[in-house]
Amino acid sequence: MNPARKRTVRLVVALSAAVLLASALVYTSFSAASPALTPSQLVRQAQPGRSYELTGTVLAKSVHRSGETLYFSVEDRAGGTAIPLSYTGTVPDPFREGREVVVTVQKQGSDYVGERNSLITKCPSKYKTAPASEKQNY
Amino acid sequence: MAGLGFACLLLALGVCVYGIGAALYGVRSGRPEFSDSARRAVYALAGILTIAFAVLEVAFLGNDFTFNTVADTSSRTTPTFYKAAAVWSSQEGSLLLWAWLLSLWSSLALFLTRKRMRDIAAYATAILLGFGGFFIALMVIYANPFATTRPAPAEGVGLDPLLRFPTMGIHPPMLYSGYTLCTIPLAFGMGALLARRVDADWIKAIRRFAFAAWLFLGIGILLGARWSYAELGWGGYWGWDAVENASLMPWLTGTAFLHSLMIQERRGMLKVWNVSLVLATGTLAIMGTFLVRSGVLNSIHAFGGATLGVPFVALIALLIAASIYLVVTRRDMLRSEHRLDSLLSRESVFIANNLVLVALCFVIFWGTYFPLISEALTGQEASVGPPWFDRYTVPLALVLVLLSGIGPVIAWRRATLANARRSFLAPIALALATLVVLLGTGIAHRSFAIAMFCCAAFVFGSVGQEFFRGVRARRAMAGEAPPRALLSLVLRNRRRYGGYVVHIGIAVLFVGVAASSSFQHASELSLSPGQSTRVGAYTLRYVRPTATITPKYDAAHTGSTLSLGAVLDVTKGGRHVATLNPSEGFYASQDASQGTVGSLVGGQPVSHVATDAGITRDVWSAIAPDIEAPALQRIITVGNATLSSEESLVAIGYLARAYLKSPPPAQFHFIVSPLVMWIWIGGLIVFGGGLIAIWPPPSAVRRRVGARSHARAERSLARV
Repeated sequence: MNPARKRTVRLVVALSAAVLLASALVYTSFSAASPALTPSQLVRQAQPGRSYELTGTVLAKSVHRSGETLYFSVEDRAGGTAIPLSYTGTVPDPFREGREVVVTVQKQGSDYVGERNSLITKCPSKYKTAPASEKQNY
Repeated sequence: MAGLGFACLLLALGVCVYGIGAALYGVRSGRPEFSDSARRAVYALAGILTIAFAVLEVAFLGNDFTFNTVADTSSRTTPTFYKAAAVWSSQEGSLLLWAWLLSLWSSLALFLTRKRMRDIAAYATAILLGFGGFFIALMVIYANPFATTRPAPAEGVGLDPLLRFPTMGIHPPMLYSGYTLCTIPLAFGMGALLARRVDADWIKAIRRFAFAAWLFLGIGILLGARWSYAELGWGGYWGWDAVENASLMPWLTGTAFLHSLMIQERRGMLKVWNVSLVLATGTLAIMGTFLVRSGVLNSIHAFGGATLGVPFVALIALLIAASIYLVVTRRDMLRSEHRLDSLLSRESVFIANNLVLVALCFVIFWGTYFPLISEALTGQEASVGPPWFDRYTVPLALVLVLLSGIGPVIAWRRATLANARRSFLAPIALALATLVVLLGTGIAHRSFAIAMFCCAAFVFGSVGQEFFRGVRARRAMAGEAPPRALLSLVLRNRRRYGGYVVHIGIAVLFVGVAASSSFQHASELSLSPGQSTRVGAYTLRYVRPTATITPKYDAAHTGSTLSLGAVLDVTKGGRHVATLNPSEGFYASQDASQGTVGSLVGGQPVSHVATDAGITRDVWSAIAPDIEAPALQRIITVGNATLSSEESLVAIGYLARAYLKSPPPAQFHFIVSPLVMWIWIGGLIVFGGGLIAIWPPPSAVRRRVGARSHARAERSLARV
């Protein structure tokens, strides 16, 4: 085989492998992904046994613990629909009522159960803007 | 003061605009005095931004709450160290830090190249000033660190308790140094393409900066992992969080570049690939910054409510478009001078290493940005979790470690069978011996860990063999004793042996990752004093509760008003191993609706993890005391109703005593992880190897000293 042909074959093989791997990556990402839903969307769309990434804020006075299980409700950022759920696993330090959280949940019967160690709390205090009226730009 | 700071920003913006114009005019019209003036504009920018940064630091240290950023992220009771570090905890302050570090590193790069590659340096000056101008414009228009409120509040909100960890003082500056240093190779790479001078000169000029970017970014990433492990109450060091991933991606492409540039230097190959890697690394660094600023993806690190997405998207789109245009239009100049001689050669291994690193970067990029990709393609935002990342990154990491053992010993151009046998016999034997020993210990089911241990043994064998042979050769040549021969071997070939040390460090680090993730025992449960639990081979007994109060104006005040914890007795086989004191700090809040007592402990609670760290294993513990217990809440309620804010600390004293007298069950998180320490030791080895490799070789120092002596002699002669 002459060198030019050899290089072409190598290039085709390498590109084919890359395309195959990339296709596997794309396919598995879509099949393994959890849709991100707000509580009101989850109430409408939830199918039992499927994982969803629930985003919203922790409802005031909804947090209580029983043994290893933490119970709390997540409501839409603008208020309204709230979903009560049970969760076990690591609870991030910033977790508290009113904070924005992301948690992977499954519908089991009529209950929502958080996936172990999936709770993420967004930290709200890093960046705050004062109301425009209070600001004075030099 | 705020006026001075903002004036500095406006002046800095003007300097950027002038510098860009002067650099471009100088290089296009062939008038180097303008390019020199533009370079001096970068020095001036560094000076001006140093003043601006100092103004902000003084405001933080002096509790000047007229500054909005000071009032939002600091307070009188914030310890001085954290006041100084709080500057970069806000959006505005971190943008200033970015621009300041960029100006400092750019000044250094342009100073070192002032007598070389004038046309490339002129374009690079314009590009670096463009980045500087972009960040300064963001501050002027969207996020002014010198914005003020009058009258000033009497007290600030204070630094987020989660950020009160010593690493806060060094982790962000390290990461930002890494990010800003990534833009220097990008600027010179684009400069080389614009100037149509794509030989190895520009690569040699920026090699040290690419290495520095890699080193700083790596240290920043590792410090972040350590912070996560030692402070946050989840016991992990890597969670595939979007912002973690954003810093890892440019590090991966930067690592690829540091390997492939050797091929361009030696053989004149991979020019398109190298310039593409440099451009990709710089762009990924900007994307990493964008990810934090925009709040576009869910991350524990995101600056909530940020509004800087659109300008960043515009900058990234411009960078990508310019990169593609430049590489495509200059492709004829970027042709390789040689072809690959054999698939069994060091060049091939470096190319394979590059492909694996870029594949890793692509996997992480896809997973990180998948929520946006999914929303764009399906209209539904969705995300992938750690198992998806692990599925791809684990095998790629194994291949990478294996290649880091092959690369140092395989011959350039074409390896013969005899050469391969001579180079690989000992490393393969060591890897096989490791496999036999591991299988004998009955852990065959942990295939990833076993494979990683064997790959690491292969690396230790191959790199150890290189050191051994080098030392033997030096002893034969110079008759030196082994330690001295080793020292002179490394000193004379710093880049090569520094690189080998880095390979050892990476293998050690991955041994720690494999062991701690595969053989970890964890338990989360509720315990009362006297109760115990078993985690792996260890028994942890909750001996008694602890409670400490630190009044706000106490000299030892670290920020938390009340700290509740536990004394834990750790035993193994009935023998005492350690006593641990995990606790949780409760911080004051600014929320007056929580009442005079409630607001003293109503802020952010933060875990203070206790670990018995060892060479073979860590016993890690965290506690979440139940401050919501009815008996404790009753004290807060009564205190709120009867005590003024001056008297409220009395109720906290009652609360602490009540907790000690009849503690409610507390939630504990225990982890026993083997070899975690080796992750940090591996990181230190990588850092040490990086320093060896980046240090100027004696020949370069001699050249510089020689040049100075030469110049002095010339001046003396001119005077005569």
